[in-house]
Amino acid sequence: MMCSGRVDMAHILRAFAKGADGVFIGGCRLGECNYTTHGNYHAANLTSLCKKILEHIGLNPQRLQIGFMSGGEGNLFAATVDDFCKTIKELGPIGRAGEISPAQLRVALAEVTRLVPYIKIVKHTKLTARLEDAADYDNHFSLEEIEQLFGEVVSYYIDPAKCQACMICSKRCPVEAIEGGKSQIHVIDQDKCIKCGTCLHACPSRFGAVTEIVGDPVPPPLPVEKRTILRTGSKGNKKNTPTKRALP
Amino acid sequence: MAYPDQYNQEISNNKAVHIYFAQAIPLITYIDQSCLYLKEKKCRICEAVCKNDAIDLHQIPEKMTLNVAAIVLSPGYDVYDPKVRDEYGYGRLQNVVTGMDYERLMCATGPYEGEILRASDMRHPHKVAWIQCVGSRRDSEGDNSYCSAVCCTYAQKQVILTKDHNSDAACTIFHNDVRSYSKGFETFYQRTQKLPDVRFIRSYASIVGEDPETQNVIVRYATESEGVKEESFDMVVLSVGMNPPADYQGLAEKFGIEVNCHGFCQIDSANPMATTRPGIFVSGAFQGPMDIPESVFTASAAGSQCGELLNYRRGKLTRERVYPSEKDNTDEEPRIGVFVCHCGANISRVVNVPDTVANAQTLPNVVHVQEQLFSCATNSMQQIVDTVKEKSLNRVVIAACSPRTLEPLFRDTLREAGINKYYLDMANIREHCSWCHAREKEAATVKAQDIIRMSVARSIDLEPLREFDLPVNKAALVVGGGLAGMTCALSIADQGHEVYLLERQSELGGTARKLYSTLDGKDVQADLTDLVRRIYHHPAIHVYTEVVITEATGYVGNFVTRVTSERGATVIEHGAAVIAIGAEEYKPIEYLYGKDERVVTQLELGERIAREDETVTRAQSVVMIQCIGCRNEDHNYCSRVCCSHSVKNALKLKAINPEMDVAIAFRDMRTYGFNETYYREASHQDVRFIRWTPEDPPVVDAGEAEDGRPVLQMVLTDPILGKKLVFDADLLVLAAAVIPPKGAQEIASLFKVPLGPDGFFQEGHVKLRPVEFSTSGVFLCGMAHYPKHIPEAINQAYGAAGRALTLLSNDIVTVSGAVCEVSEKSCIGCGACDTVCSYGAIELRKTKQGQKAVVNPVICKGDGLCNAVCPTGAIVLKHFNDREILRQIDALIPESIETK
Repeated sequence: MMCSGRVDMAHILRAFAKGADGVFIGGCRLGECNYTTHGNYHAANLTSLCKKILEHIGLNPQRLQIGFMSGGEGNLFAATVDDFCKTIKELGPIGRAGEISPAQLRVALAEVTRLVPYIKIVKHTKLTARLEDAADYDNHFSLEEIEQLFGEVVSYYIDPAKCQACMICSKRCPVEAIEGGKSQIHVIDQDKCIKCGTCLHACPSRFGAVTEIVGDPVPPPLPVEKRTILRTGSKGNKKNTPTKRALP
Repeated sequence: MAYPDQYNQEISNNKAVHIYFAQAIPLITYIDQSCLYLKEKKCRICEAVCKNDAIDLHQIPEKMTLNVAAIVLSPGYDVYDPKVRDEYGYGRLQNVVTGMDYERLMCATGPYEGEILRASDMRHPHKVAWIQCVGSRRDSEGDNSYCSAVCCTYAQKQVILTKDHNSDAACTIFHNDVRSYSKGFETFYQRTQKLPDVRFIRSYASIVGEDPETQNVIVRYATESEGVKEESFDMVVLSVGMNPPADYQGLAEKFGIEVNCHGFCQIDSANPMATTRPGIFVSGAFQGPMDIPESVFTASAAGSQCGELLNYRRGKLTRERVYPSEKDNTDEEPRIGVFVCHCGANISRVVNVPDTVANAQTLPNVVHVQEQLFSCATNSMQQIVDTVKEKSLNRVVIAACSPRTLEPLFRDTLREAGINKYYLDMANIREHCSWCHAREKEAATVKAQDIIRMSVARSIDLEPLREFDLPVNKAALVVGGGLAGMTCALSIADQGHEVYLLERQSELGGTARKLYSTLDGKDVQADLTDLVRRIYHHPAIHVYTEVVITEATGYVGNFVTRVTSERGATVIEHGAAVIAIGAEEYKPIEYLYGKDERVVTQLELGERIAREDETVTRAQSVVMIQCIGCRNEDHNYCSRVCCSHSVKNALKLKAINPEMDVAIAFRDMRTYGFNETYYREASHQDVRFIRWTPEDPPVVDAGEAEDGRPVLQMVLTDPILGKKLVFDADLLVLAAAVIPPKGAQEIASLFKVPLGPDGFFQEGHVKLRPVEFSTSGVFLCGMAHYPKHIPEAINQAYGAAGRALTLLSNDIVTVSGAVCEVSEKSCIGCGACDTVCSYGAIELRKTKQGQKAVVNPVICKGDGLCNAVCPTGAIVLKHFNDREILRQIDALIPESIETK
């Protein structure tokens, strides 16, 4: 790729999920970006975040490394990669020496991968920071922070009692995770949802149907046959009148 | 029939019918004079076996008449032939080779395919010696008196490569001054010195003969501690220098130009591209010994001067290239063709190509695989075009070298074949594989197959992309009104373009204002005055002085720069920018500078000489110390100009008063090229040259001369005599370093161009793109690039003008299709992309569905940071999208984790 800043968390996770025993990211020297965007700082942040995530799920964080060098430093590149390979060979294949088993790893990585968009949102500032001192990268993210990140994952839920089936949220949802058309109470498909919170902000405040749930499980979705809303009242008045519904 | 192969220095054999060398252009076979038929009217076997009837043994030379307005002479140089002097033993002793022979021996396409073997026993030499200055810097008959300028560094390169071939090799360089005067050379020298088993020995070395049993070469040399020694080496490399082209006299007569006393082109230091005959220009080493970057400066520079002559006819003979119409392959199943390149032997020597071809045939969607000797050769590219058409390929994978060099060429090949050029992927199995795994052939073959598999997988998801044509603003901006900036501005303006010339000071001239003469005696101030006059009289040049640049925005062909100057605030729109902000003289903190008024810098001395200051004219003795403020930790480079500068001033002092004692304390005298003449002249005029080493630098204190006059005394240990020497100085002159200019960092950030580790501006490629930046539309010349002499700055200034013209003379410039794009439906308007794009390519627009990001593809540089931070995947870097990347990752590790 054209810049180490293009490396996506999903790429790293995918490599480990596919069975890579180590991932190395090479970028330009800090402060010497070929572009003016200094994406290598982002790559450094991403690496330190992912290292903590790996540690959190039970992988040796040394399996992920980043190195900075210029295009003219072929010898440094070779030495760095040789070093990295040596480290990985010493660690052996994933699953040895107190590490998570490959099968468990796959499940854990699938779960983290699902949360990539969410992590990008909540950690945006730290992921795009520019730490001048390389020593600071180790502690840019803490294990406690990762635990909190995964412990307090938010979910969005549409309260069927409040939903007016107006389709505003479903139109705005970037991943088409909201089911339900006209006169159908909307339901968020939690598997599709990327937790961006767009629906929460899109739902008109007078309805307030979307809620943010932190940590707790999301109530089960309303069965499909119970989602239809029977509207009463004149057509002209429909917009402002709360609808009555056919409740069981 | 086998004849000595001239390209391989006649070390190995070739046939009368052959290709010149593996990367020759055009890469076609020809018959040379060793042909039996041509010599003896015999044989003709080749004619009989050629099925295409392509051999014509009756061709005769043809005379052609071409009408041209300008001629550029680029005949290059010849390599010094050490056979002219028996003492070198070349041709007599089997294991004595020249630097050029050695170059071929090391090369993968060389006589032994990259094995360094010595002639006597075809074994790898373990102990190798280099003898520097063979044929150069010598007054003797048959030798050249000048310095060949490139040998110190090429010998160091050969040492590094020898150690790469065989890490146990013991390498010795017998040298005089080590002339590491160019950009990056000093650190290269240090890198060579630090290698294990590498010795640099400062001594003349002579070849005594060879050991009759081993054929080892015996070298005699002097050491500081042990006196004269003899040592035997498995092989001796003569670091031969540059001769003028063999037929320089014929060349001079034919073109009616003059040559100098060395047989190189007679040039004018105020315009080194001009020969003595108007309309005939010279570029490259025929100007004098020079390295690749200088040679490239002069090539672009000669081009610019032809442009000045021929501007009125620009574009009259060009024809637009017509490509076949592009097929729409979007709905087709991917049909991938894989071409695996041998790169001569560069790849196939390490990677098993037939195996790799067989492996590629098993990959999904691959419908054609073949190997090619050189995929980049004209005939191979034609083969690719034909195969794409024949087999209806809609994706092409070239498994060869880095896309950095040849991707544009292969993309063009795809256009020729009628498919979108972004349907190409290059699998780099050379730099990423064969070159770095030369000793692990099997593993390298597996890796090459991995790389190709990833490439094939990625190519399945490649999309056809459109490029953008941008209009080009025809004006140029030149930042810096010194000699380089002014010269560049004039050349651009003389080719019909408006030029805005910006100068930070209130007057034009830069460092040249402090210089009074060149080494060859040119009056710098007179030339400068004339140049300034021509600048101000030129209707197309707009001069701004006392300039502060407040903002620089825009992109290639369309820059907008805001400045304040003595004219007030101005907005300048321009298509190209040239950075020529010069350099500065280091203000020494060493040797009482600033504390004792008898201590001055070389620039200050030059100024005092020019105004015949009494401190100079009345001085009885002057001492100069070289390398003040550079070749040290703070400025770890050589300032290049100071040795010649000191010699120049020493000669001036001798001219004022031949009785004056002048001494120069140096580390290495780096009077490279023809400047060596002046060094020799200074020695003849009894200027004393004493070497010092950084471990034992000179010490200066106030003292008293024998006649009782107060002087400064320099005490220095002579490294040869080992004695302390004392020099009296009425004037102590410090050769202060040339350091990067103030404000370099600001200019670099404004124009989004980089600075190198030494603080000077970093060009796009040190050798091949020395006058331009990797940021398109921004060019570089003069001392902002690196310290240099006036003629060199002029070379580069014309060179930058030449390169700027290749942009400015076009009406449009095409920008990449590999840029970012937003899928509006998926965008949640969070603005994460905008926060990371320092190019300002992203705009957040209000829509009915809320705020949405929009990319300006012209400003987008395609780094893809926005793609990585976008939570929803709405913003996508085309050509490097997640689908393509994830496919590559999946292809690398095909088995899933559970099956492990």
